[in-house]
Amino acid sequence: MRHIISVLLENESGALSRVSGLFSARGYNIESLTVAPTEDATLSRMTIVTSGSDEVIEQITKQLNKLVDVVKVVDLSEGEHIERELMLVKVRATGKDREEMKRMADIFRGRIIDVSDKDYTIELTGPGSKLDAFLKAIDRAAIVETVRTGASGIGRGDRILKAS
Amino acid sequence: MDMTRPAPGGAAQAAAVELNGAEIVVRCLQAEGVEHVFGYPGGAVLYLYDELCKQDKVKHILVRHEQGAVHAADGYARATNKVGVALVTSGPGVTNAVTGIATAYMDSIPLVILTGQVPTHAIGQDAFQECDTVGITRPCVKHNFLVKDVKDLAETMKKAFYIAKTGRPGPVVVDIPKDITTHKAWFAYPDTVTLRSYNPVVKGHPGQIKKAVQLLLKAKRPMIYAGGGVILADAALELTRLVRQLGFPCTNTLMGLGGYPANDRQSLGMLGMHGTYEANLAMQNCDVLLAVGARFDDRVIGNPKHFFEEPRTIIHIDIDPSSISKRVKVDVPIVGDVREVLRELNQQVEATRAQPDAAALANWWKQIEEWRGMDCLKYDRASALIKPQYVIEKLYEVTGGDAYVTSDVGQHQMWAAQFYRFDKPRRWINSGGLGTMGVGIPYAMGVQLAHPEATVACVTGEASVQMCIQELSTCKQYRLPIKIVTLNNRYMGMVRQWQQFFHGNRYAESYMDALPDFVKLAEAYGHVGFRIEKPADVEGALREAFKRKQDLVFLDFVTDQTENVFPMIPGGKGLSEMILV
Repeated sequence: MRHIISVLLENESGALSRVSGLFSARGYNIESLTVAPTEDATLSRMTIVTSGSDEVIEQITKQLNKLVDVVKVVDLSEGEHIERELMLVKVRATGKDREEMKRMADIFRGRIIDVSDKDYTIELTGPGSKLDAFLKAIDRAAIVETVRTGASGIGRGDRILKAS
Repeated sequence: MDMTRPAPGGAAQAAAVELNGAEIVVRCLQAEGVEHVFGYPGGAVLYLYDELCKQDKVKHILVRHEQGAVHAADGYARATNKVGVALVTSGPGVTNAVTGIATAYMDSIPLVILTGQVPTHAIGQDAFQECDTVGITRPCVKHNFLVKDVKDLAETMKKAFYIAKTGRPGPVVVDIPKDITTHKAWFAYPDTVTLRSYNPVVKGHPGQIKKAVQLLLKAKRPMIYAGGGVILADAALELTRLVRQLGFPCTNTLMGLGGYPANDRQSLGMLGMHGTYEANLAMQNCDVLLAVGARFDDRVIGNPKHFFEEPRTIIHIDIDPSSISKRVKVDVPIVGDVREVLRELNQQVEATRAQPDAAALANWWKQIEEWRGMDCLKYDRASALIKPQYVIEKLYEVTGGDAYVTSDVGQHQMWAAQFYRFDKPRRWINSGGLGTMGVGIPYAMGVQLAHPEATVACVTGEASVQMCIQELSTCKQYRLPIKIVTLNNRYMGMVRQWQQFFHGNRYAESYMDALPDFVKLAEAYGHVGFRIEKPADVEGALREAFKRKQDLVFLDFVTDQTENVFPMIPGGKGLSEMILV
């Protein structure tokens, strides 16, 4: 089953490699991993999308907690949460496709953030499934390049992950 | 470099002095009460060595290979419950140390390994003797640090010792670039250190402990299974008290030997791949299992599927939550320091008026005694060849069961574990998790330095002993009178045994041809060597060797080539699928 795990860790060089090394050493799967500093610059927040049986997920959270640089771990998928992913997609936009591409971006609430005579670059945010749907909806041959951040997640309401 | 501003903090500020990085490291070691540092010098650590030789509180032990340094520090830690310290140079110094670090990591041994690094400005330039120490060691340390500023040095050292010895212990690497050892900073060693991301649990959950007591008292076929955690937590007394109070059978893992006295009637000996018949069957057939500081390793319970075929309730005490329900689903997990939890358990068992079910227990013991009656460790005592088991039995007799015994890895290790009956903790020093051949001599060095008056024996084989044989030179330099008991069967015995059982007797590369004359080799290093070829000479040779209190004696016992370790559970099989002799 797919799980989205949120990790608060010391913002120190090497902390990321401890986490990624743990996953590769123990054969855990990583679908995506995002990391950036928080409002407290000494801490980083990481979101890992992974999958596995309940036993594997239990081990993943325990092993993450065991890392000395890790302050807190929460499996967001255990409760109400929101997840978002950002995608930048460069699409061919010439001739009659140019208008069509603009319409598709609008339908998906995407924003065109760069324009050339041949291409649009569209910024699209949402759950991963929405980004997938957009890519499916447009002509595959029109896709020049895609960049995705992987999912970031946050708990709903009172579900908060903080250092103390 | 900050030479103008004293370190912040009240009392610390008053005590602060300005020192260079090398001086700071040595002052930190002194403050930690470190008596011995095992190491080998090189370019990146020259300033550190310069400072070490200017003082005599911290004694440096010069090994002959960095692997030996880490193993010796590891042996020292295992025999004392102090943090072992090793010091190696950058690049090859570090890569040579990695086997030692991984060995300590697998057995949760507290070490601090100081590694030299190329100067900060050269890092990443493929400099001479540069390697990514933090990267290379990351998967086999509890934690590691690269010190990038001399102002962080003292606190990093404090953290390293704190992390190494608290919680589930383990090795910590501190990588120190050469320029940091010359930069100056205000030094005051912090009294305490707190890490917001690291707070090991000590006390067990009272509700869980209560549940455990109830389960134990209701058990019909109880079993206590104690591992290395009992030794690491110094909890042998508490375990013994609990086992005796309850009247339950107790088995120890390879790492847990000495955690409960082997000579006691309630001890079923070691369990696992080469465990006793009674221990393995009691483990398989019990209805309530109390696991204490043990991790249901593949060499202990074999195939977990087979283990699950018999229903039982499992209580598991461990300081590391990730050890719980890793291979075997546990019913009552208790996370905490083994000693603290056992104390609490003892108190609750004493306080309760309920008693274990005496009739059921008597039946259970009757069954166990039947299994014990199989005498699974029997061997041919009339053989004209020296039986390895006999050598260990005699070693036990001659040393009065009171020696520190280190071993290498293989058949000899298993025979030592089966036949030397350890009654005390920290007397059995071996590489259980990683299974590192070559640890025996350096382990014995560390143990002998920790306990100069103690009797120290290294049980080894002619293959293992050659993996760190260079340390015989270190033993000479520091006059370490260890006794090396080599069970020489001219084979990598355990490899040969598996080839015999599982590979159609094809002994691919497991025969040791062109062995050195170990007597002459010992003499070449300035030691004493004996070669023993007849069973009748075994005891005499051992007595003579242990009489020589000042000498290292290398005993080369020429043993039966074809002897195998029994019982044996083949890989992937279950606890009740033992091969008996």
